[in-house]
Amino acid sequence: MSPGPAPIVLDDVHVRREGRHVLRGVSLRLTERRVAVVGANGSGKSTLARLLNGLVLPTSGRVHVDGLDTRRHGARVRRRVGFVFTDPDAQIVMPTVAEDVAYSLRRRGLSRDEVDARVAHELERHGLAGHADHPAHLLSGGQKQLLALSSVLVTEPALVVADEPTTLLDLRHTRTVARRLATLDQQVVLVTHDLDLVADYDRVLVVDEGRVVVDDGPEPAVAAYRELMA
Amino acid sequence: MTARHRLGAGPKLAGLAVASVALLAVDSPQGVAVAVAVVLALHGAARLGPRAVWSHVRPLRWFLPCLLAVQWWLVGPSDAVVLCARLAALVALAGLVTATTSTTAILDALRRGLRPLDRWVDAERAALVLTLALRSLPVLGDLVERVRNAQRARGRERDLRAAAVPLVVGTLRRADALGEALRARGADD
Ligand SMILES: Nc1ncnc2c1ncn2[C@@H]1O[C@H](COP(=O)(O)OP(=O)(O)OP(=O)(O)O)[C@@H](O)[C@H]1O
Ligand SMILES: [Mg+2]
Repeated sequence: MSPGPAPIVLDDVHVRREGRHVLRGVSLRLTERRVAVVGANGSGKSTLARLLNGLVLPTSGRVHVDGLDTRRHGARVRRRVGFVFTDPDAQIVMPTVAEDVAYSLRRRGLSRDEVDARVAHELERHGLAGHADHPAHLLSGGQKQLLALSSVLVTEPALVVADEPTTLLDLRHTRTVARRLATLDQQVVLVTHDLDLVADYDRVLVVDEGRVVVDDGPEPAVAAYRELMA
Repeated sequence: MTARHRLGAGPKLAGLAVASVALLAVDSPQGVAVAVAVVLALHGAARLGPRAVWSHVRPLRWFLPCLLAVQWWLVGPSDAVVLCARLAALVALAGLVTATTSTTAILDALRRGLRPLDRWVDAERAALVLTLALRSLPVLGDLVERVRNAQRARGRERDLRAAAVPLVVGTLRRADALGEALRARGADD
């Protein structure tokens, strides 16, 4: 299965939260397979990422994923969009490793055997097969993030949005997670502070004070970002 | 996989409930000795050694001696020992059931058990809440540890109020993050 990029369209999106103007008129059309988002703390990156699966709804403007309006079809959008959070502890909802991955597959009309097989396959791919029945809290931080990623990927989403998935990880696990994201068939939107990770991306957005101020290839975008922060 | 592991979660939970009630009726030293022996034998049958038994009763390690002392003073040595041994046997048995049953199986059993009460209880939700509580315990344990270390680093070992604020804030934040993660994973849909 190799889903083509699901076009993501933001149309003059504003987000106000508790009186604060968090996003100020963002219009984008994302069709590239690898899109990265960088920017200063508090610039609005996480808010932008959460718009893509309807966790945050625009105060005004519209967000479409694969032709679906996130406001009207939140549930269907979330089925297409897998979301990886910064802190895997926040994302892992089941007490043991295999159960957490299986949780993603409930109510999908799959047989018990089918669920078990897909869970086993996904854990295998992330080197977690030996931990299937272990309590999730005994995994290392890096393994937890790989588990969170497994639980997202097992549903075969068309788009994976990751909000700083490597911020809490050591160098080795950062590389493992980054490589995993790089080899996905899916379209990926990655929010990160790690500028090394964006080098191979097709398109890099720089967010500043609620606006997309740079939208370019990795090299010019990172250069402009450094300039901006200087 | 031993017989204990294979036995369904439903029978095991029902067995645990029956055993708890039965244990309450045991009040002779001989009876309690038999109960303790049975619980140890069940651990043996599930191929769980002394270390597992200890891990099951470990949460009682402070409470039980205090209880024993108080009861000794109140009702005398023999009754005090019976009471405490009964409690330890019960907790060890509950530990044995949870150690040999996956959470999923326990939750499925609960869901089935709650089905007759469908009109009053949303079994699905109740089971989910229990699971989330199970998962949240170690996460909150980590939080407590972090807060304590931070206090210690600042030389504020015993300042309860200084520890309470980050704990409450951290717990609320955890609740927010969990809600968000559940929505992202389609719990509401
Ligand atoms: N629920 C909310 N209520 C109030 N303000 C919020 C809320 N969510 C975000 N904000 C504010 O919006 C701004 C942007 O937040 P956001 O989390 O999107 O930034 P970010 O770019 O992801 O920052 P970081 O790099 O630190 O993760 C911040 O000033 C933040 O305080
Ligand atoms: Mg953020």
